[in-house]
Amino acid sequence: MSQAVETILHEIRESLMMALVSLKTNKLRSVLTLLGIAVGVFSIIGVMTGMAVLINSIESGMSQLGANTFQVQRMPNFQTGNPQERAKLRNRKYIKYEQALKVKENSTFAAAVGIEAWTFGKTAVGSDGKKSNPDIQIAGEDIEGFVTNNWTIGEGRLFTQDELNSGRNVAVLGKQIIDKLFPRTDPIGQTIRVDGHEYQVIGTIEPKGGMLGGNQDNFITVPLTSFFNIYGKERDVHLMVQSSSRESFDDCIEQVRGIMRTARQVNPGDEDDFYIFSNDSMIEQFNDFTKYLRLGIMLVSAIALLAAGVGIMNIMLVSVTERTREIGIRKAIGAKKTNILSQFILEAIVISELGGMVGILLGIVVGNILAIMLEVPAVIPWDWVAIGFGSCSLIGITFGVYPAWKASNLDPIESLRYE
Amino acid sequence: MDNSVVINLKEIKKIYDMGGAEEVQALRGVSVEIHKNEYVAIMGPSGSGKSTLMNIIGCLDTPSSGLYEFNGVNVSEMNDNQLAKVRNKEIGFVFQTFNLLARSDALHNVELPLIYAGVTSGERKRLAREALNHVGLGDRVHHKPNELSGGQRQRVAVARALVNRPSILLADEPTGNLDSKTGDEIMILFEELHHQGNTIILVTHEEYIAEHAHRIIRVRDGMVETDERVDKRKTVTTV
Ligand SMILES: Nc1ncnc2c1ncn2[C@@H]1O[C@H](COP(=O)(O)OP(=O)(O)OP(=O)(O)O)[C@@H](O)[C@H]1O
Ligand SMILES: [Mg+2]
Repeated sequence: MSQAVETILHEIRESLMMALVSLKTNKLRSVLTLLGIAVGVFSIIGVMTGMAVLINSIESGMSQLGANTFQVQRMPNFQTGNPQERAKLRNRKYIKYEQALKVKENSTFAAAVGIEAWTFGKTAVGSDGKKSNPDIQIAGEDIEGFVTNNWTIGEGRLFTQDELNSGRNVAVLGKQIIDKLFPRTDPIGQTIRVDGHEYQVIGTIEPKGGMLGGNQDNFITVPLTSFFNIYGKERDVHLMVQSSSRESFDDCIEQVRGIMRTARQVNPGDEDDFYIFSNDSMIEQFNDFTKYLRLGIMLVSAIALLAAGVGIMNIMLVSVTERTREIGIRKAIGAKKTNILSQFILEAIVISELGGMVGILLGIVVGNILAIMLEVPAVIPWDWVAIGFGSCSLIGITFGVYPAWKASNLDPIESLRYE
Repeated sequence: MDNSVVINLKEIKKIYDMGGAEEVQALRGVSVEIHKNEYVAIMGPSGSGKSTLMNIIGCLDTPSSGLYEFNGVNVSEMNDNQLAKVRNKEIGFVFQTFNLLARSDALHNVELPLIYAGVTSGERKRLAREALNHVGLGDRVHHKPNELSGGQRQRVAVARALVNRPSILLADEPTGNLDSKTGDEIMILFEELHHQGNTIILVTHEEYIAEHAHRIIRVRDGMVETDERVDKRKTVTTV
């Protein structure tokens, strides 16, 4: 038994060696053939690596929110579905401050509940007249919002509960605003103006860098009450909730979902009229959003691989004809049918695997250029690497079998006479 | 000395159907017995069927009719794998046109029968080198066929035929492409092999080559014309 296994292993090794030798002697042809395979594998591995990098980036973006944190907002981040569904989404009512307060009061699993409201496209003016670009964001925050946003104070301080309650015009600034308005002076104690309102700068926020290449540090935070005083109270707020532990995270989501449904008077059986955004839901949404892209790429790759497979078959058939004499010689000195068969099949597999290897390497490199751009760690999608190698073997075997079978069935004497 | 029959041909015919009513009768009933350690030369005019006969003896070709027993076994009853094994282990074939793998070096060419015999790589290299040394090509192991002279190529082919230590050596005009000096070198080699107990069957056009043999079978029009012992064998040990 082990003797038999040994012989088989031996034969595979020998066939592999012979296959490699004959591929080496036909370099150009082998390279051209494996190029087809490489392109097919490259496209799928490249895209899948890119996707993995994006998901990584989303995850690391999420972790910037703080551990075990999720958001409650009116709309999903990516909007999919048909026009009616989208219209339904647009008709959703704002999340009101009072509803958010209900969550803050009643969620027992939450360690912190931040309530915030944002407005965009503002210009800040410094006391000496320096102006920011008209693209900054203003966030009305409550104090727990700093916890759930995972913001740490650099210089100065955070606003106090008193300042929050009384709606004082104080501001804590993001790094980018400081760089713009106070490049050389100490910002603490200075005043800035936004939309004609003056704020006293009391602190700065440590920079975190951008998620998905965006800039997260280009903003001003003010007490939520001050924000309401200036921009109106009837606006959409969103909630950030940090659960007390990793274990209670899911329970916390469900509890908050329940509180929100009650507060917004959603009938039992109806779907939520708000969106809970967590790590998982975000990735789920992302996968959903990119489903057709991935399907498309898979289809294109499959077609490319199929074409490449036909190319391999073609080359192998030519090779069998060209090497008729060689096959005759091998048979004349004792090669069995199976020797010839395995030699040619292995040759097809080796071409296909080499092509696959090139494709996988290129795909991983190109996919990870995205990782460098997004400043997240490089990713190797091992599952797709395995699938890539697997399908290459399959192609090699599928399209190599017929030429190999043809070779193995050649008559020794006819082949020796072949000119 | 064991004198058993290794090759027994009875009424062997080979007919090539050329389509339509046309056919070529390459062999029209050949009956020959060859014993162990015989040294046989097959002679005859071109087209008389010598190569056809050799290919049948070498289990490369199958007769249209007749019986061929190899070491007492009916060859027509052997399956593909058994035939491959006989070609690999029992018979060493030296072709008129060398039939070496053009893109492999001498060593790999000689190794080939050992690969199919399942010999491990290290042992294979050793045996192949030994066989090449034996034919005087120890210093040419890494030369490809096109980097060797005709005589050297033929010696590689002989080394390949012998590396698996077959009991029978078949040589179809082994000196046909060589000048008489290199031809003699090959004949010295055969002489040695015969001394070591091998059975040798060789096809030749040359009387002086045939004179090395014990027995000369003359073929004409696909039939055995004469089959006689040689009394005054010519032996060469030096050129
Ligand atoms: N594949 C084939 N198809 C048809 N006829 C063939 C085939 N092979 C050989 N023949 C014919 O069989 C006859 C014997 O051929 P063979 O090659 O055995 O001759 P030979 O004695 O070896 O000649 P030479 O001394 O020239 O090598 C020839 O008439 C040849 O034309
Ligand atoms: Mg001939």
